[in-house]
Amino acid sequence: MEIKNNKLIMDKSANALGALTQRLGRALLFSITAIPTLAIIFIIFFITREALPFFSDLKNVAEFFTGTNWRPSNDADPHFGALPIFYGTVMVTVGSCIVAVPLGILTAVCLSEIVSKKISRIFKPVVELLAAIPSVAFGFFALIVFAPLLQNHGGIVLFGAALACGIPLSLIISLPLGEWVSIKILKLKDESAHPWVCTAIFVPGCSLVCAAAAALLNVEISSGTNALNASVILAIMALPTIVSISQDAINSVGRDMREGSLALGATRFETIFKVVLPCAKSGIAVAVILGLMRVVGETMVVWMASGNSLKIPEPFYNVLEPVRTMTATIAGEMGEADQSTGSARYHVLFAMSFCLLVGGLILNAASQWVASDRLKAKKI
Amino acid sequence: MKNLLKLTKISAFAACLMFVAYAEAEDKIVIDGSTTVGPISKAFADFYKENNGGVNITISESGSGNGVKSLMNGACDIANMSRFMKSSEFKACADKGIMPVAHVVAFDGLAVIVNPQNKVGALTLAQIADIYTGKITNWKQVGGDDAEIVVISRDTNSGTYETFNEVALKKQAITPKAEYVGSNGQARTRVNSTKNAIAYVGLGFVDNSVKALSVNGTLPSASSIVSGKYAISRPLFMFTNAYPKMGSRVYDFVTLHLTKEGREIVRELGYIPVCE
Repeated sequence: MEIKNNKLIMDKSANALGALTQRLGRALLFSITAIPTLAIIFIIFFITREALPFFSDLKNVAEFFTGTNWRPSNDADPHFGALPIFYGTVMVTVGSCIVAVPLGILTAVCLSEIVSKKISRIFKPVVELLAAIPSVAFGFFALIVFAPLLQNHGGIVLFGAALACGIPLSLIISLPLGEWVSIKILKLKDESAHPWVCTAIFVPGCSLVCAAAAALLNVEISSGTNALNASVILAIMALPTIVSISQDAINSVGRDMREGSLALGATRFETIFKVVLPCAKSGIAVAVILGLMRVVGETMVVWMASGNSLKIPEPFYNVLEPVRTMTATIAGEMGEADQSTGSARYHVLFAMSFCLLVGGLILNAASQWVASDRLKAKKI
Repeated sequence: MKNLLKLTKISAFAACLMFVAYAEAEDKIVIDGSTTVGPISKAFADFYKENNGGVNITISESGSGNGVKSLMNGACDIANMSRFMKSSEFKACADKGIMPVAHVVAFDGLAVIVNPQNKVGALTLAQIADIYTGKITNWKQVGGDDAEIVVISRDTNSGTYETFNEVALKKQAITPKAEYVGSNGQARTRVNSTKNAIAYVGLGFVDNSVKALSVNGTLPSASSIVSGKYAISRPLFMFTNAYPKMGSRVYDFVTLHLTKEGREIVRELGYIPVCE
């Protein structure tokens, strides 16, 4: 056999062919990678283009952000005051964060630090399974089970929830607070006195919680589809994201950190809250932001569970009143708002999508920023 | 020569494809639109399929507004609507070369429903309007218990909302306190589980789980709606592009409501046949 025919040694033409196939392959892979990016660019372009006609009228913009009268379907005298809708979105998001963030982080801590690997291996997939349940199923649950429960036994539910959240919360707060008070303010030398100070803070705190819970016992909820319902259900939906990502962050804290802390005589509690959690801070922040994005973007659940009322609750923190979010508004109004049947009504929904998109991009950028090393670099 | 043969083969294949597509178009009826007319279409489709083999009927329920959109874009043959087409929609259709023709297939009364435990059994149309516009906020103002009224409306996307808004509210704005739900069934569920709620649904959705109020002294029923005594009622439409050709599938379908069996189906669903 002649060496010339040996494929291992490439002549010039084979070389060129190889280079060409390599280029082609690269181009193909690149274009496949480019598809999602192009999709994002296209979506941003399209939403902005459709929202611009609405934003180009300054009178509209002023009403959009400050007005409280939302009546885009009225052809003769349309109003686009979206303030209650923005407020509803913020309220539901904050509400679900209050529920989901402590619960999610504590669950992550428990799964990675406290229970044995065996148990954690069972519980983590179960928590992550929550993400697999379709949102309409959550909405159905909110409507059929949770709303009537709130209406018929609202006082008891609130009482139980206040106790279940308040007592552990006051315990968690009173421990470091008691220590801080005894060291910094009372300047106690004797460490054995610290638990007494903690107890002295915990007992009034706990009784305050009990008193508040007892006051809630008499609350009557007239409508079960309200901000509270939506917040709780959304919190459950955000849990898998928060738990799973913060657990990864906690797990990535080195074993040397924990052992060093324990070797210095810190208790397990101190190790978790003063060493492990601060180290995993940026990862946990990313988890919270991603959970937040899930909550803000969710549509079906809020459409079914929040009541969709166009009113800022009175007083403003009253979570027992129905509210409407931006996503639910878009879902609810889109069908009737065709370009050909009512153009302002159509564009205002895109203006709303645009605001959601901007919010989402900001949150996303924030999570990228937190996740990057900048924060760590600053600390050192 | 070889190329010519190839070309013939390809065109024969294309012709075959076209024929199949054509045959499919003939044997397929696509229906879209109102959730209120949806049950009628479904029952008609079942009945029609039983008696005419080989026809494929697809029914979506995306709301009256979306029904027009589908018709206008040629995505459906029949648009179900629980209200008449708006002039703006008519114009949009005409601009796209679509000529909508209305077929009234049944009448529907909107029942105003409350929880069965509610003491109130009758309201006037004016009282209902006052409740929905927020002038009346407590049941005791209309002879019930001292409890705040939970006002529930259909979403502004639905034909049910538009009919209620026009017939009962004379286009006044609904109170911002009102809650919105996405379907007739959901409205019924909310009223069934909420003691102080009030809502409106198509007559076909009234069952034992809720109580229908008498309006201006008349309970909603087939006879009271046909006689015009009941205040909140409306015709239900199927819109087609131009009048369907005699004997075509679509023609058969939109005239089904005139036959004895069609009337029976409409009646069974709780709507009122047109030739009653």
